[in-house]
Amino acid sequence: MVNFIARRLIAMVITLLFISIIAFFLIELPPGSALDAELLRLRSRGGNLSLSQVRELEERFGVHDPWQEKYFKWVGGLFRGDFGYSFRYSREVGPLIAGRLGFSLLLAGTSLLFAWLVSIPLGVYSATHRNTIPDYIITTIQFVGVAVPEFLLALVLMVFAARFLGADVGGLFSRQYEAAPWSWGKVWDLMKHLWLPVIVVSAGSTAWLTRVMRANLLDVLNAQYVQTARAKGLKENAVVWKHAVRNALHPLIMTLGGVLPALIGGEVIASIVLNLPTAGPLFIEALRNQDMYLAITFLMFTSVLLVIGNLLADLLLAWVDPRVRLE
Amino acid sequence: MADPVANTGSTATTPDGGVDNLIQVENLEVRFYTQVGVVRALNGVDFNIPRGQVLGVVGESGSGKSITGLSIMQLVPRPGRVEGGRILYKDKPDSKTINILDLGRQSDEMRAIRGDDIGMIFQEPMTSLNPVFKVGAQIQEAILLHQTPNKQEAWDRAVDILDKVGMPNARRVANSYPHELSGGMRQRAMIAMALSCSPNLLIADEPTTALDVTTEAQILSLMRDLQSEIGTSIMFITHNMGVVAQMCDEVAVMYLGRIVERATVDDIFYDPKHPYTISLLRSIPRLGQKRGQRLEVIKGGVPDPYSTVTGCPFHPRCPSFMPGLCDTVLPIEAFIEGKTNHTVRCHLYPGCTPDSDQAVTGVSGTIPTTSKAQ
Repeated sequence: MVNFIARRLIAMVITLLFISIIAFFLIELPPGSALDAELLRLRSRGGNLSLSQVRELEERFGVHDPWQEKYFKWVGGLFRGDFGYSFRYSREVGPLIAGRLGFSLLLAGTSLLFAWLVSIPLGVYSATHRNTIPDYIITTIQFVGVAVPEFLLALVLMVFAARFLGADVGGLFSRQYEAAPWSWGKVWDLMKHLWLPVIVVSAGSTAWLTRVMRANLLDVLNAQYVQTARAKGLKENAVVWKHAVRNALHPLIMTLGGVLPALIGGEVIASIVLNLPTAGPLFIEALRNQDMYLAITFLMFTSVLLVIGNLLADLLLAWVDPRVRLE
Repeated sequence: MADPVANTGSTATTPDGGVDNLIQVENLEVRFYTQVGVVRALNGVDFNIPRGQVLGVVGESGSGKSITGLSIMQLVPRPGRVEGGRILYKDKPDSKTINILDLGRQSDEMRAIRGDDIGMIFQEPMTSLNPVFKVGAQIQEAILLHQTPNKQEAWDRAVDILDKVGMPNARRVANSYPHELSGGMRQRAMIAMALSCSPNLLIADEPTTALDVTTEAQILSLMRDLQSEIGTSIMFITHNMGVVAQMCDEVAVMYLGRIVERATVDDIFYDPKHPYTISLLRSIPRLGQKRGQRLEVIKGGVPDPYSTVTGCPFHPRCPSFMPGLCDTVLPIEAFIEGKTNHTVRCHLYPGCTPDSDQAVTGVSGTIPTTSKAQ
């Protein structure tokens, strides 16, 4: 097992290395640089920059260096905890993004947990009560969940929550807690604001996972060993939950790797609509302004999540299914 | 509940001289309601399994052998339903007879019978063990359910029974996962699981079909040994006549959801009566047959399951077909003259043709349609 994890970790590092090279290359590709956008803004404010001043700035930020050189500078910085500099915000990327990433992770993690907690029981119920009215209802809701775009769901839920539940929508905190230090009151306030984005972000994946769970369990329920379990005299509940569900979980676990970054992606749209202080909206801004170090930090962060998600999925799978442990 | 000592006499008679039947199936009817139509899987099956004996159930694919076995366990899969008949079960020679079909499928009484009184082995050893649990744990589960609440004791018993079915190094096997065992070993493990609670009846649904001949021979001899040792009755479902000859005391031949002939194993092989049984036996390749001599086959195939054949269900394929009788009147089951344990369902034999006033076509309630088979 230790061997297995070690090999996976090495593979992770190599994968991340390749991702960083490709991502950096792509972000460097478009003409111009973040500095151009910055210069443009300075000029539009009426500032008069001489050519020599521009040169000096370009020199300072190494704008005309070959991309490989910039890449190694950047990677070297990463190891020192220096993620680069954001021209747009005139701040170091690290502190700028840190707090927001925390909220992104919180939102994604909660959404993932929510999706699993809802989709597994629903999928199991749907499969064991196939072609009954509750199954049809669950299936219909699934299709709607998969089909409705996130921004629309966010808007509808926002209106609904504000109108009928009197909830304070938008943001993650009420005004009085926004700048306050952490306390139980603030945590509770966060909970009261979090449920809405969690539903919005997880709706698609919950619906999809329910679908996967149902289809797989239907397959497994036809397996001979399920009949064997029944022939032992086990209760139907034990047959389903102990013998069948564990064998139907594989695809759900396999998707774990992809679900984490997908949730972050979903979070971007939901965060813009719901005005959440997460990393998503910052990322979009960064891309639009060619704020390359901010953008690439975000990209790398998503990639790390993808790779970690896959590692987690592999470990979970090995835990659930002894046949995987051989490799 | 199941006490092996009570069975060791393998007595097939009650103290008053009557036959002691462990299981008595009467007029069992099973139908499958599919979207394409209704499949009549069993159309009134009657047979009995004497205590301590091995009953072979033979027939082609689709004749209803497996469904008969599953009916006894009340495990007929959806959309199948047991529509009629009785399955009488007697735990001990002097205990009360209960009709298994009266118990709810999920009732505690039924679950107490499953696995404890009646064990079952399936055809596919490769898929009949759960891949994610250790072999020992799967056997232990059944013992915990029926015999003892003590986990350690149940585990020890699981190891013991694995040892008993001839597993080399039973302790290690108990700790391995199914994918680490070969097909033959898995089938041994299944047998161990089915026998773990010393059942009165073991339903073996083609247990050796998926195995190679060497392994098959080992498994069969293992089952014979265990049967004589603990006195379990066996319902042996197979389509292999050679296996029947080796294993069984009595044989029931099934065709299209009906039993067409019942007899002792000797009578089936040396004095078969029903044309279907005769054809089945002729279609086995034999040693000593001349080169180039063609193997006899039963002409035609099993009719499409959604149709109903009028009269005798075998008439479209029967070499002794009598027009006007076989295709209109359903033969009834009757004893062969001078025998008390050999019955047949064929118009060739006296007693099988119902009196003309009762001569109804097909099964009651069916709409007779012509068979789609040739």
